[in-house]
Amino acid sequence: MVAALGIGLFGWQIRKIAHNINLGRDKTIAGDVSQRINTLLLVAFGQQKMFKRPLPAVLHLFVYIGFLVINVELIEILIDGTFGTHRVLGFLGPVYNVLMAINEILGLLVIIACVIFLARRNLTKVPRLTRGPEMRAWPKLDANVILITEIVLMLALFAFNIADQKLSQLNGVQLAGAFPVTSGLVDLFGSDVSTLKTIAGIGWWVHIIGILAFMNYLPSSKHFHILMSFPNVYYSKLEPKGQFSNVESITHEIKAMLDPSYVVPPAPEGADPQKFGAKDVEDLTWKQLMDAYTCTECGRCTSVCPANITGKLLSPRKIVMDTRDRLEEKGHSPIIFAPAHYKEESERVKVTEERTLLRGYVTPEELWACTTCNACVESCPVNINQLSTIIDLRRFLVLEESAAPAALNTMFSNIENNGAPWAFSPSDRFNWADDLFMASKN
Amino acid sequence: MSEKKQIQVPVMADLAARGESPEVLFWVGCAGAFDDRYKSVTRAFVRILEHVGTKYAVLGMEETCTGDPAKRAGNEFLFQMQAMTNIATLDGYGIKTIVTACPHCFNTIKNEYPALGGNYEVIHHSTFLQNLINEGKVKIAGGGEFKGKRITFHDSCYLGRANNIYEAPREVLAALDADLVEMKRSRANGLCCGAGGAQMWKEPEPGNKDINVERAEEAIGTGATIIASACPFCMTMMADGVKNKNQEDNVKVFDIAELIAQAEGINA
Repeated sequence: MVAALGIGLFGWQIRKIAHNINLGRDKTIAGDVSQRINTLLLVAFGQQKMFKRPLPAVLHLFVYIGFLVINVELIEILIDGTFGTHRVLGFLGPVYNVLMAINEILGLLVIIACVIFLARRNLTKVPRLTRGPEMRAWPKLDANVILITEIVLMLALFAFNIADQKLSQLNGVQLAGAFPVTSGLVDLFGSDVSTLKTIAGIGWWVHIIGILAFMNYLPSSKHFHILMSFPNVYYSKLEPKGQFSNVESITHEIKAMLDPSYVVPPAPEGADPQKFGAKDVEDLTWKQLMDAYTCTECGRCTSVCPANITGKLLSPRKIVMDTRDRLEEKGHSPIIFAPAHYKEESERVKVTEERTLLRGYVTPEELWACTTCNACVESCPVNINQLSTIIDLRRFLVLEESAAPAALNTMFSNIENNGAPWAFSPSDRFNWADDLFMASKN
Repeated sequence: MSEKKQIQVPVMADLAARGESPEVLFWVGCAGAFDDRYKSVTRAFVRILEHVGTKYAVLGMEETCTGDPAKRAGNEFLFQMQAMTNIATLDGYGIKTIVTACPHCFNTIKNEYPALGGNYEVIHHSTFLQNLINEGKVKIAGGGEFKGKRITFHDSCYLGRANNIYEAPREVLAALDADLVEMKRSRANGLCCGAGGAQMWKEPEPGNKDINVERAEEAIGTGATIIASACPFCMTMMADGVKNKNQEDNVKVFDIAELIAQAEGINA
């Protein structure tokens, strides 16, 4: 019953998120399926890009494998809970022993990893995890909630195992499974049968309700990446990183301008006239919105951003997090949703009252600081393309608002008038070849 | 003994008038044509083309900006205007293969022109030079004058991360038999010089440091006396950064083509 409720609620939340992502513009993402599956296996399943930073990669790997493997036991817990059985998979014998043993070892590793992660966030305060205007109250709390929940879930599992072993011992029954971590702790809770039963019960219920509750917490949290990273990596960009998207509507316009006989293909029925670039979330593609739901706020992108390193306001992570906040403000909101706005006097982020993604969340100052170097894209462990969103927002500034910095407008007019971004005369273009000599060896 | 020979750079329009076509079109780029410092890279690369006997040509006055800075700045309209103009010129001459010393031109023509109907084989000069060395056309007997010199290579974003070309420029430098040292942030983790995304044409946003200074500090920190680059904008930014640290007498910035031409002894 509890499980059905938990899963039903989760399904309802997933529908809302799917609705939000579908607010994005259609974009066919073509490309070789085998190459996509290869990327999926390497980057998502294999965590390839995490290993640029070995320590967090190994710790994260413990939690990741722990999550995958320990959830196998969840199947048993659900069957036991539904049919009143006890360790129903015990008939697997040695396989079950190995499974339980691995679970306990992974459980311990998960606890160790989560404790270190908590220390990195709260004691040593690793800059990428703690700094930046986007790391406001909720993202900071969220990260700690996740880590503490994971520790509690593992402790509940251990408590259940300890009590269960002691009870079996007292009853003189051979308990299925091997428990390398807790077997030495069987006497921890004493030998009072009713206490042990209570502890086993609490451990079991905390674990199962905890997991169901946690599942429903995911859509409000950066922890949603455990699901979204797989489709997001599958649909990642396969073209060279330097290849920016082509705006087709402009291509038609220019072709029609150059050749009056060119027939512009009609827009699909009922389609809104498309803006150039993006002002708000619905101007982005569904993939860019999916990026926002995949972000785990790890800050790798921001920590390698040359603009951010040198003290500029730009933080690629902020742009991705802003996209999700704005999308959830405009579309459906998750259960926990209270994005603080960038209003404090001390903040450098000067947003406007108009709550669009551009200016209401992301300011032109941030966008113009980008060097389009792709360091953020390269660093992202889940293949988010922060740069594509930055460019679409820039396109709106330039094409719809003519709001480029004055120096860039000068550059544009130089290209228009001289065919070069500087104010040189086109007739001097070939002067470099004058009086050109070389040494020729005899 | 060597003697001085004047080079008449072949222009595409003249070749076409004679009914000839080149093996490669050398796309000079605006920096290569107008920037005083980068003109010497263009000239060095032409000397190499002449030296190895490649049949090449340039567009000369017919070349115009690829549209890269406009596209990175968000001006898609201006970009496509430039692109279509250039594609018409290139297709008019039936150009198949293009070599360029500018990673931005390289990236734009190679990756972004196809969607607008321009399809060419585009080679960056680092790859082109690598091939010449591998084929033995450029020998640099004994490594030349840079033998043993400490050199560090600064990755251009539009060559490296944007197009995954990391090894070609390094293999070119290896031919110099120099002491190649890497910066901590190199290859896929390389730090931008600060010029990309049209930053070259504007003042940086408020911050606490200029990106090129951050990068120049890292390069100087390797103890290298030469910073090798393969991009006109990186060259400007790194040279300015070195100057900012008052190290311009000790640390020089050269393009890989300049180093090869110098080591091969074909400069005049």
